[in-house]
Amino acid sequence: MTVDGDVVVRLTGITKSFLGVPVLRGVDLELRAGEVHALMGENGAGKSTLLKVLAGVHRPDSGRIEVEGEPVVFATPRDAQEAGIAIIHQEFNLLEHRTVAENVHLGREPVRRGQVDRRKMEADTKSLLDWLGEEGIDPAETVTRLSVAQKQVVEIVKALSTDARVLAMDEPTAALADHEVELLYDLVDRLRARGIAILYVSHRMREVFDLSKRITVLKDGAFVTCALTRELTSDQLVRHMVGRSLDALYPDRASADDLGDVRLALRGAGNGRVRGITFEVRAGEIVGIAGLQGSGRSAIARAIWGVEPFTAGTVEVDGVERRITDPRAAVRLGIGYVTEDRKGEGLALRQSIRDNALLVRRAALTGGAGRRKSDLGELLKSVAVVARGEHQEVRYLSGGNQQKVVLAKWLAVGPRVLVVDEPTRGIDVGAKQAVHRLLRDLARNGVAILMISSELPELIGMSDRILVVHEGAIAGELPAGTGEEAVMGLATGHTRGEVA
Amino acid sequence: MNAPTTWRPRLAEGTAPVLAVLAVLLVALAFAGPAYSEPTGYLALLKRAAPLVLLAIGQYFVIVSGGFDLSVGSLVTAEVVIAARLIEGDDANTAWVIALLLGFGLLVGLVNGLVTTKLLVPSFIVTLGMLLILDGAVFLWTGGAPRGALSPSFRVFGRGGVDLPVVGHLPWSVVILLAVLVAAVLFMRGGTGRTLVAVGDNENSVRLAGGRVDRLKVLAFALSGVLAALAAILLGGFAGVSAQVGEGLEFRAITAVVLGGVLLGGGRGSVVAAAAGALTLEALFSLLNLLGVSGALESAVQGVIIIAAVAYAALGANPRLRLRPRAGTPEPAAR
Repeated sequence: MTVDGDVVVRLTGITKSFLGVPVLRGVDLELRAGEVHALMGENGAGKSTLLKVLAGVHRPDSGRIEVEGEPVVFATPRDAQEAGIAIIHQEFNLLEHRTVAENVHLGREPVRRGQVDRRKMEADTKSLLDWLGEEGIDPAETVTRLSVAQKQVVEIVKALSTDARVLAMDEPTAALADHEVELLYDLVDRLRARGIAILYVSHRMREVFDLSKRITVLKDGAFVTCALTRELTSDQLVRHMVGRSLDALYPDRASADDLGDVRLALRGAGNGRVRGITFEVRAGEIVGIAGLQGSGRSAIARAIWGVEPFTAGTVEVDGVERRITDPRAAVRLGIGYVTEDRKGEGLALRQSIRDNALLVRRAALTGGAGRRKSDLGELLKSVAVVARGEHQEVRYLSGGNQQKVVLAKWLAVGPRVLVVDEPTRGIDVGAKQAVHRLLRDLARNGVAILMISSELPELIGMSDRILVVHEGAIAGELPAGTGEEAVMGLATGHTRGEVA
Repeated sequence: MNAPTTWRPRLAEGTAPVLAVLAVLLVALAFAGPAYSEPTGYLALLKRAAPLVLLAIGQYFVIVSGGFDLSVGSLVTAEVVIAARLIEGDDANTAWVIALLLGFGLLVGLVNGLVTTKLLVPSFIVTLGMLLILDGAVFLWTGGAPRGALSPSFRVFGRGGVDLPVVGHLPWSVVILLAVLVAAVLFMRGGTGRTLVAVGDNENSVRLAGGRVDRLKVLAFALSGVLAALAAILLGGFAGVSAQVGEGLEFRAITAVVLGGVLLGGGRGSVVAAAAGALTLEALFSLLNLLGVSGALESAVQGVIIIAAVAYAALGANPRLRLRPRAGTPEPAAR
């Protein structure tokens, strides 16, 4: 057993190039037993490449890897695994229809008299779960029946069963619901207390400050700094990552003069998932919708878009009552929707930037195909897509640039109302700012914007007012610049608010 | 965009290899046979290839939007048999029967499309069913030996040609082929065509962008059906009436489309490349024929081509995939 604070893994001067393009240039990283070490940086900073070097997927061009002081070479992922390093990926690698114990022992099943020893498998799994303090999970349970957070625990137990001493967690909260994040915090804490070295890769500033003891920052493949978390402010951290300060993060809000006519009005609208939804959005304003996951905040957006239409109440667009029964109807009324599922619903990944940007125009508006060829270039410039050219397939773009293409797709039809669901999920800080500025510019040009985000600082920073959804109904409305506590109070049902 | 866009000829991904293969085959033909020492030999090749190219263009619409159309071979047979039976060798019947044949192709395509989109049966199964239904119907109707005959004015499309200034004598089938190809290219460059490809890539994104996905898919099947009817008119004139005239053409058309680099499952590929794939296949068979390879080998060759083309699309274009070490390589870590 390693003593608390011992260096388990040390990477020094790691470099790696792909086809002559340097991706890592001299990166140092030190992981200590019983310590949570955060790895931060924008998309493209080299975090995932570093993870892959650590996992033995990529072999570095130069630099040293030491495990407990001994220099090692990882030729294959198996070497890294045998050295006690395990990576917990964002997407789980579990066989959904097998049990927890079977997953934990996959490929290494204990055998007794030529048969898989199910009892031993379950007992071993049980003792690991107990050791972790996760007595709530039954080793004989089928994985499909577990929650996302529980599946994550299974992944971790799987890693621990191979005697992992280093756990690298890649965006571990990305798939979790808000209440499950708390459970993950506890779990990370217990792992740390049991002497595991944890590398925590995340975009979310707050998690990093809550959990980590040390932070390593990468920028453009280079090592920027490694500092104790308590000696860093979030402002400093952002500056390390992007060279900009936090103050500039959100554009100015709308003033009273900016507001125009009511573009979208819901009165008592409801369906199977939400009820009595009443609010208005005016031209020029950004209205935020807050709420826990599953509270119905996305259901409202999808109902406005006609995916799962409202069955009760009325919807008015530009003062005229409308029945929106499918996305086509919504689009033709001038309602755009930036989905939270960029890859599944937002983009056709194998098509070019151009074809994606023109998709709504071509698919929904008749006679609009290829019209005014020149303004597409303008449009892509205005959303600042960085690409080799407009014929590049969008799957080769970073998340941030993909999101800009999704926005361009809607801007190409000049929407009057734009609903944005998690507009900055999974994109880096720089692109995030660009998206924020773009949304505010749109509002200034008279678009009514409804914004959903589970990232409270963003929601509060961007919104002119905030509607909080709780259990399928609007729990209250809060003005611009509200504190996070007030929003959470309403969202969790802790406090009751005035419904506008 | 940050990069200045300089104009250069743009080939859709996967187009270049088939054009290269086609060029090599065409040159090889000139060496292999005296018939190809002058343009007429190639014109004859084009004429022979025309029905398959038309079928490949139709198949392209269906494949690129995410489906399969296995019914076109049987449809061709059915069309030819119907034509012979209804025309009875009388020129006066030609016009209305051609209209009826195109209508029947359209109808079969619409049924394929509607069953696929409204009853949610995978197109592979729907069109396989249609293949069997048409086969059975033709057999029932003809008892194995088609009756009637095509009229001379009907056969002119497959056999005859038109004398044009400058270019000289052009077979009708080549004229029809070029007209269809140009129309298909224009269609695929337009908004509807681009949206059709997007349907094959991610139909969710199209539906949620306000597109009418079902309508587009039905359109693809309808086009495939009409083009099969057109191919049948050419084939009937060219090859005459038999109950085997369309046999195996569906797989040949799919092979052609795949050879053209069109992604199975949809979302990528150009119609020109699909047409070039059909021409390549025909040129290859002509070459094998000239080299004295038995015609019986044709289907084996076709089988190799379709597997190789798909493997190439999956691996060949992406060198990283080939070079990436597989997990579990038995190479010990140096400690």
